[in-house]
Amino acid sequence: MFLEETLKRIQSHKGVLGTIVVNAEGIPIRTTLDNSTTVQYAGLLHQLTIKARSTVRDIDPQNDLTFLRIRSKKHEIMVAPDKEYLLIVIQNPSE
Amino acid sequence: MEIVYVYTKKRSEFGRQCNFSDRPAELHVDILPDPTLAGNFIERNPCDMPIQCVQEMSEHEVNTERFATETRGINHVEGGWPKDVNPQEMEQTMRYRKKVEKDENYVNTLLQLGSLMEHCIKQNNAIDIYEEYFGEEEDVIEGTEEPPSAKTINVFRDPNEIKRTATSLSWHPDGGRKLAISYSSLEFQHGSKEMSFDSYIWDLENPNKPEMTLKPVSPLVCLEYNPKDSHILVGGCYNGQIAYWDTRKGSQPVEMSTVEHSHRDPVYKVIWLQSKTGTECFSTSTDGQVLWWDIRKMSEPTEKLVLDLSKKGNLDSSLGAISLEFETTMPTKFMVGTEQGMVVSCNRKAKTPGEKIVCTYSGHHGPIYALQRNPFFPKNFLTVGDWTARIWSEDIKESSIMWTKYHMAYLTDGCWSPIRPSVFFTTKTDGTLDVWDFLFKQNDPTLSVKVCDEALYSLRVQDNGRFLACGSHLGTATLLEISSGLSTLQRNEKALATAMFERETKREKILEARHREMRLKERSRSEQGKEEDAKDGDTEENPEDLVAQAEKTFFEIIEAERRKNEEEEQKIQAEMSKVGKEEKEDSEEKEIDEMEVRISFC
Repeated sequence: MFLEETLKRIQSHKGVLGTIVVNAEGIPIRTTLDNSTTVQYAGLLHQLTIKARSTVRDIDPQNDLTFLRIRSKKHEIMVAPDKEYLLIVIQNPSE
Repeated sequence: MEIVYVYTKKRSEFGRQCNFSDRPAELHVDILPDPTLAGNFIERNPCDMPIQCVQEMSEHEVNTERFATETRGINHVEGGWPKDVNPQEMEQTMRYRKKVEKDENYVNTLLQLGSLMEHCIKQNNAIDIYEEYFGEEEDVIEGTEEPPSAKTINVFRDPNEIKRTATSLSWHPDGGRKLAISYSSLEFQHGSKEMSFDSYIWDLENPNKPEMTLKPVSPLVCLEYNPKDSHILVGGCYNGQIAYWDTRKGSQPVEMSTVEHSHRDPVYKVIWLQSKTGTECFSTSTDGQVLWWDIRKMSEPTEKLVLDLSKKGNLDSSLGAISLEFETTMPTKFMVGTEQGMVVSCNRKAKTPGEKIVCTYSGHHGPIYALQRNPFFPKNFLTVGDWTARIWSEDIKESSIMWTKYHMAYLTDGCWSPIRPSVFFTTKTDGTLDVWDFLFKQNDPTLSVKVCDEALYSLRVQDNGRFLACGSHLGTATLLEISSGLSTLQRNEKALATAMFERETKREKILEARHREMRLKERSRSEQGKEEDAKDGDTEENPEDLVAQAEKTFFEIIEAERRKNEEEEQKIQAEMSKVGKEEKEDSEEKEIDEMEVRISFC
């Protein structure tokens, strides 16, 4: 139940366009966007997170990836990685 | 000296096994050193003897074969689902998802990630970290003026063994990503039998191999894309025919004009006309004709004009045309640049062929290779020919209003910049490309770039004014990028250019008026003295008499010179004979002395 509230609260923040939860295989578990967009985001960001994590660990094996933020012209994609799951939020930053 | 040792064996002993036995060495021959032979040699001291004790290495060159790359893409579809779940089935996927959500690990992880994420979201909402504080002040940055430069981006070489001149270039109308280049050999009877007739369309990204080949019946001298339909190109051939291609239909021309109704000389220029159907074009050649065509019906030209200044339509006395000009904003007028150095301005809509030729502008000493109106000031046009480039105003027919100095090499092609009204480009036979900015400097080009060692024959600027391509004698087309200073419109440039053109036009008008006055005065003076000078007047009108007179004066001068030379020679001869006599006396004395010396020796 806390989980539901948390996710709902995240979605209701100013500028948030969508939230996606992805598991370790790249399957979207939960999403607020439509299916095709979700599948695209899930697949691409999953691979990118793996790559980013391996980059950080290559440079320093003690290190690990805690957060990934991609700012683009139109919006910002934020990825919170974990061993098994991935929380992706797309937000339109304040402008 | 022959050293011989004879081995003998009885016949009956052949075939027997060999019995070897030891015995001491026997000296058969002993050749002692012969010191007299040393007389044949000269001792050399010191003697240079090179020795090298090093690892022996050899040099090899290897060039790999060109690597052909292809770009491919993969389209990802949803995947990653476990084997028993069919991703198409909504129910199965929902069930799977619900199962995952019940997992405790899932809940804990997500709570953690959720709080982390919220922090970042709030951060984003609090402050915009990428805010631009000193936003649109780019106008100040314009002040940094870089020196004008041109950079070579790509070079497209003629893939054939026998290189032909790149005579004409045409940019693709949409965006200019492709370049059509026509190749031919313009030297009379220089084309060898193996010379290929093909012309190519190149993609700017791939300079190694042309994107498409166009195979005409005879080499193409000029080639143009249809500005309305980017798949259609029209080309003028060396044998006078016109052909048109559709790039969707392959390398062979879709249709060619018939030989009887085409030009009789190579077609030097073909331009598309502005028409509703977008299928009309006109062409010109040194046979003195300008022909209009509709590509849907190439068997005959729709209209014909003979460039005969006496307005009789006589082909024999017509002027050969090398360049053509047509501005879409003035569809009834067009101009032709001739081999004789004149620009003929014509009106297409005139009723009779006689009225088609409106006026002429002469001023060049040789053929006019390029002719173009200024895209911003259509009343002014640029002509390029002999060793200069000239700018004309339509109203002034006597001479050009501005011109460049005489160069050391012929100018072969020129065009205006489509972005800046006072900038134009010219190419020369020494391989240099000149960029002129007439508002900045009129004596010299603002930028002079040596593109290649051979002569440059053609030039085309892309519509954005940034890129230009020039074609050379050996078929190499170079793509250059012009620095932004020369390809962006400056402040006030249009106003300044307008003022400059008007000023020069006015100056020429005043000069013209003065000349006319002076001529009138001369004429009135000559009319008064006409009765006295009647005879002279007659001989002046007769060119043959003039020639005879010139010959007579010439021979008289020669005779005078010859006589002078003879007199001088005689004088020299006289002196020589005097000196000769003296010399002879001297030499005789010397001989006597020698004989005396010899006698004393013996």
